[in-house]
Amino acid sequence: MHKHGKISSLKLKGKEITIALAGNANVGKSVIFNQLTGSKQIIGNWPGKTVELAYGKLNYKDNEIILVDLPGIYSLTTYTQEEEVTRKFIAKEKPDIVINVIDASTIERNLYFTLQLIEMDIPLIICLNQIDMADKKGLIINFDKLSELLGVPVIPTVAIKGVGLKELIDTALKNINRKPSKKIKYSRDIEDAISKIIDYIEDNNIVSPYSPRFTAIKLLEGDQELIEKLNVHRGLINYVEKISNKLMKKYGQPTYAIIASQRYMYISSLLRNVLNVKEPHKTLAEYLDVITTHKIFGFLTSLGVIISLLLWTFYVGDFLSSIIEKLFNYIFIASPNLQGTLFEVFINGALGGVVAGIILVIPYVLPFYLFLSAMEDSGIMTRIAFMLDTLMHKIGLHGKAIIPIILGYGCAVPGIFSTRILETRRERILASLAITMVPCSARTVVILGLVAAYLGVEWALLIYGINIAIILIIDYITSRMYPGETPGLILEIHEFRIPSLKVIFRQTINRTMSIIYLVFPLYIVGSGLIQVLYKVGIFGYMDQILSPITHVLMGLPTYTGTLLIFGFIRKELILLLLPQITGTFNLTSILTPQQIFSIALISTIYIPCISTMATLIKEFGPKDTMIITILNISTAIFIGTLLHLFYTLFP
Amino acid sequence: MKHKSVSIEEYLEAIYKLSRGDDLVKTTALANYMGVKPSSITEMLRKLADKNYVEYIPYKGVKLTKKGERLGSKITRKHRLYEVFLWKVLGRRPNNIHHEACEVEHGVSDETDILLCKYLGSPAKCPHGEVIPACDINVSSCQACNVELSGRTTRKENLRPLIWLSEGDNAKIKFIRGESKVLRRLYDLGLIPGTKLKILRRAPLNGPIEILVRGSRLAIGSDIAINIFVSKD
Repeated sequence: MHKHGKISSLKLKGKEITIALAGNANVGKSVIFNQLTGSKQIIGNWPGKTVELAYGKLNYKDNEIILVDLPGIYSLTTYTQEEEVTRKFIAKEKPDIVINVIDASTIERNLYFTLQLIEMDIPLIICLNQIDMADKKGLIINFDKLSELLGVPVIPTVAIKGVGLKELIDTALKNINRKPSKKIKYSRDIEDAISKIIDYIEDNNIVSPYSPRFTAIKLLEGDQELIEKLNVHRGLINYVEKISNKLMKKYGQPTYAIIASQRYMYISSLLRNVLNVKEPHKTLAEYLDVITTHKIFGFLTSLGVIISLLLWTFYVGDFLSSIIEKLFNYIFIASPNLQGTLFEVFINGALGGVVAGIILVIPYVLPFYLFLSAMEDSGIMTRIAFMLDTLMHKIGLHGKAIIPIILGYGCAVPGIFSTRILETRRERILASLAITMVPCSARTVVILGLVAAYLGVEWALLIYGINIAIILIIDYITSRMYPGETPGLILEIHEFRIPSLKVIFRQTINRTMSIIYLVFPLYIVGSGLIQVLYKVGIFGYMDQILSPITHVLMGLPTYTGTLLIFGFIRKELILLLLPQITGTFNLTSILTPQQIFSIALISTIYIPCISTMATLIKEFGPKDTMIITILNISTAIFIGTLLHLFYTLFP
Repeated sequence: MKHKSVSIEEYLEAIYKLSRGDDLVKTTALANYMGVKPSSITEMLRKLADKNYVEYIPYKGVKLTKKGERLGSKITRKHRLYEVFLWKVLGRRPNNIHHEACEVEHGVSDETDILLCKYLGSPAKCPHGEVIPACDINVSSCQACNVELSGRTTRKENLRPLIWLSEGDNAKIKFIRGESKVLRRLYDLGLIPGTKLKILRRAPLNGPIEILVRGSRLAIGSDIAINIFVSKD
């Protein structure tokens, strides 16, 4: 069974063997994890989604193995949360062996991380993945030589096809407790400095969570976590500082720079003996690349892909929804029922929530995630991030932020979770603010059911257009009022690849399931509760209290108040309740086209739904959630009033 | 005599700005920028060519020589640093400080230039959004400047910010400006002084630059690329 958990919740004692997968982002760790455990780890062709640790179990040749998928990182310093998680996990939990997964097609950069793992002096083997890709790029790697020079076993694999994975596990099991047999040697100055520090540590019996050599190297690199941890040993810290200053004076560079460049020099000389570069094949992927990042076509493809995603979701969603609805009609019809005791009303409401979830929301969520997963796996997402970086800077974000925002079109909850790929809290909040206003699947149902059905598809598309404009303006204003730097974009661009159907299907199922886990509980309980409140009869008062806003400012019927309160629980209730409250399915007889348009547009932006709000509180705390909510509400009031004014002036 | 050298510097600054170090600048474009008639700058361009600051090709335009680019970037740097000083430290508004900086730039010594840069925290852009060129001390990062200020040597080659390069250009990283956090990230990814890179693509509208470095492809936002200085192959 797959679980997400913090390190502290992992109890890895007992007879099981723990194997950890470590490496750069997007090298195939999650693919290997899934292939081996058959478990549900989200995979994508964009970096950074594994922030919490995923672990799964497998039984292999009478061994019980716990496999841990560590976040994708580039270095073992502690500058990002992911790096810290990885380093602490390896030091504290002491996995029986670490498999360092390397993308063979970018081996030079990947080995930088490998060298640091070797320095940690832990049981280690190397999985040289995607050798087929390396082959296409003309990189011929001598595995045996690589293994010999690094003092670590090397297994070539093509994880996506399952090639080499059996050998990988066999080798891992064979090499438990076998540490690397070679040391990475630096220049004489650095080696002198390292041994002096090791001597100091050993002479003074200083206890570090890491091996003495690793501790010495990290201290020289100015590692914040270690310096804080060992700060009680003032003598050691001062000693290291003295040595570092001497080195800095000599090389004219900070020590971390000296060490980093020597590591890369080491890799270059190593690769001279291991790597044979041939003329690469010109692949279809390269032509695709030219188009997707072209000055004009690049924008068009970015836009085209996003529009296709939405249109595909509309049409396939509508189709699926109608089929499932017909099926359900044969079984039972869950229409709101206010007869009976409060308990019966509650149960009826909750049941209505379940049915609506299955026949209305899931049919839109499924095709959305299917298309999105294909996009991610192909690598087009990073191209979109690349093309839209400048635009995103205008709203205080960088290109990568487009990824969580697009996710928000499916459901805001996973969208907000995935803002973790952004560097700062400020960016995460700005992106989440945008996500709360993006029309998710439930809001799509409202837009399609109201606007597309009664006014026409072009008006529905207009709502999407206006919605994007509103989001850009609100985020632009908010980013000006919320000062702070937007860190620059550094994004690895991966080669295009043909998406793997297996990966796409698995990820679609996982994402849909996670919506059911994360969103449905509040959605179902809320549906029951709100129906009880309705029966108790407080909505009449609520309508009156809200009527200055709904009726006077926005020119809508007073019962809109009830609709909007219900919509806080589930956005699509706005559509479902209209016939209930008004007593007719012929909405054009009771609402003007302008009012229909207003209700649909306002319902996309007026408040984050209850599940989204819970997610916001979990990620950012109540204060920032309040601010985001207030921004939502005031934007909706402003837009509603503006539309009313516009209709009055230009009838 | 002094007056003449001031106008030489003004011309080199203008050509530097228009050429981004490399391109051929049309005489008419230069005349427009300087606010004079094309006919009246011919004499000046000949003089610059005599002193080996530019290559002057009559009817076509001018191109900076290595020597000309060096002086042009130096003056531009002093101008823009001084503007940042007026703006950030003294609180002057960016819209009317250009002319003052034009006057002062010729009198700022190299020593003051370095101290000003350190004091201002090695800024990347002038108040009008133009790149501040790199200094000509032979260092590979700003941190080096904090360690030691004696015994400095000057760089042999002229450096250009990565954002000025075109698709297909090959270059070598020489200097990365700025704070250590970004520097560490770039170093971890293998963008270390001495590393060769190739510009694969540039996103439009001053967007990110995609480079090929150590066999992997990276997209670098323009606000980081502005701080990566290279020498062109």
